[in-house]
Amino acid sequence: MEEQYQVMPGPEAFLPPSAASMGIVLPDPGQAHIEGRLVDEEEAYEYAARKLLAAKVPTLFPGPLVLWRWNDKAAKKAAAIRKLANALPARLIPMADYRPKYPKINPAVEINPNHPNLTIWYNKIDVCIFIGVHCHQANLALKIIRGGTDCYTMAMCAQAGHEDACLSFRDADPAKIEKLTAAVEKLKSEGVKSEAEDFDQFVTAREG
Amino acid sequence: MNKKVDGQNSKILFSEKVDIGSKGPVNLTVADPNHMFFEAKRKACFLTGSEVIKEAIRRANLDMSVAYPITPQSEAAALIGELYAEGYLKEYFRGESEFAVMGQCAGAAFGGARVFTTTAGPGTLRAMENFPMWAGSRLPIQVCVTCRGINSPLSIQPDTLELYYMLETGALVWHAETAQDLYDWILGGFMVAEQPDVHLPLALACDGFFVTHTKDNVMIQEDELCLPEYDPYRAPVPCMDMEVPPVRMMRDPFIMKSNYISYMTHASWQQEVRAAIERSRKHTKVVMGGSLIDTENLDRDILLVSSGTAVSQGREAIRLLEEEGINVGLVKIKSLRPFPFEELKEATANAKTIFVPEFNVAGWLAREIKACLPDNERVIAGPQVAGGMTMPSEVIVMEIKKKLGMKVEPMSGRG
Repeated sequence: MEEQYQVMPGPEAFLPPSAASMGIVLPDPGQAHIEGRLVDEEEAYEYAARKLLAAKVPTLFPGPLVLWRWNDKAAKKAAAIRKLANALPARLIPMADYRPKYPKINPAVEINPNHPNLTIWYNKIDVCIFIGVHCHQANLALKIIRGGTDCYTMAMCAQAGHEDACLSFRDADPAKIEKLTAAVEKLKSEGVKSEAEDFDQFVTAREG
Repeated sequence: MNKKVDGQNSKILFSEKVDIGSKGPVNLTVADPNHMFFEAKRKACFLTGSEVIKEAIRRANLDMSVAYPITPQSEAAALIGELYAEGYLKEYFRGESEFAVMGQCAGAAFGGARVFTTTAGPGTLRAMENFPMWAGSRLPIQVCVTCRGINSPLSIQPDTLELYYMLETGALVWHAETAQDLYDWILGGFMVAEQPDVHLPLALACDGFFVTHTKDNVMIQEDELCLPEYDPYRAPVPCMDMEVPPVRMMRDPFIMKSNYISYMTHASWQQEVRAAIERSRKHTKVVMGGSLIDTENLDRDILLVSSGTAVSQGREAIRLLEEEGINVGLVKIKSLRPFPFEELKEATANAKTIFVPEFNVAGWLAREIKACLPDNERVIAGPQVAGGMTMPSEVIVMEIKKKLGMKVEPMSGRG
């Protein structure tokens, strides 16, 4: 019997396959996936929280859908993401833009879907979570990260989820982000410590 | 090979912003597509395929249609014009050529509109550059391809060769056998193509004339219902912005930057489009009655496997063969992209011989089938006709009897 493909951290290949082409199916409402295995969404919260707490450089990558106040929901999501980052703690590195940047991005302060590996390598990010990135661009970045880095990727997707991430939630709203924060806080209250290295959360001023 | 997706999640998902029961175009009511497709009462209507396209589009809550006339799709495009005059569409016009039409469709879809067009044969090929652009830009435009021959020599007659060209455009490709398929899949097609994890164009093919110009009984919803409107905010890419991908990547392609990661991003982009085709499987199954294929009598040694109206000819051939005591099973392939690899492997597991009747000279469906089946010497590419020829059921009967070592009279000698 053919062995089921697993969506694991790389470096996987010169050009890794898309997980969908390897038979990985996205979760249905109420489900999540862990490494390609469909699970009840509840199971994924604790799993994701443990991964984030065990990481040396846990990082949240907020995208354009939550970086600007398109509507009240976006603002609530942004606040929930900040709360999650504080609870862990985790770095916040924005994917503000999908345009390729030349000659290259500043990997200390941003991530770009066209060469996301630069940010992962530069900051030695071992666990990350995408939130508020348009699905097509997120899938591109997740697959490139899996191809060339050893980072464990997660996605908090507002739509149908991402099989190219090692773990993905779907239909993410502020409540689900807060639920992940609650899972982190619960583990911490049970004695699980954050392994995160010290860092300074950078702040972008109005002038950039 | 795909993992066979189970059909447990048998609901069509749609935007939470939709107000079910609200007023749609003219006198229509916006319906939950699950109710509209599977529960709403239907009445029989005796219609041509072109008229069926009109009736489906009437209920599709469409924003815009643009087309360039080409036989055999002209009538359908003209009938959609009548719908525009009646107020069912927001915009409708004739483009300058098929190439222009597909660009105009893209513009509307980039702006967040639900778009439908029709084309055929040489028109499909003239427009061809646009189809991968639609897919790469994640535009869920629906094009009804009413298949006809490709030049040269010129033919306006049915021939499915153009579908071979469509298979690797990155679009979903479905092949309707009947006018009922056409009606149901036009409506269901919008729901599948617009899913955020799919969000790809759909080329919904039917065989020109055989479907477009013949009348058939088609079951249509009694009540004045229409689909929920398209919600562009669920798209996997931002709405049209000249500075931001995907539009940006048309004038500022990755390849301009000549380095490994630029090329890899391009490759990953293409993989993502194909991944989206894979993701459409579970949504497509819901609107296609549970599977990407239909089957009959799979326990038989001989199977006919085909798509489009070649399936209909196969059904009659099976009836004729049964009169002579020869039992043959049938597999109807409904979706060509995604292709039902696993479903076909399972359906043909016991078959000793597999015939693939086709209306084209290339035998592309037989090639697809051979590429996914074990022991593919079982697959016989044919019978094939092309250029507008009909495929009498007797021709299929003859091929099967020849394979069985039975004596057959050549049809061409009948006078």
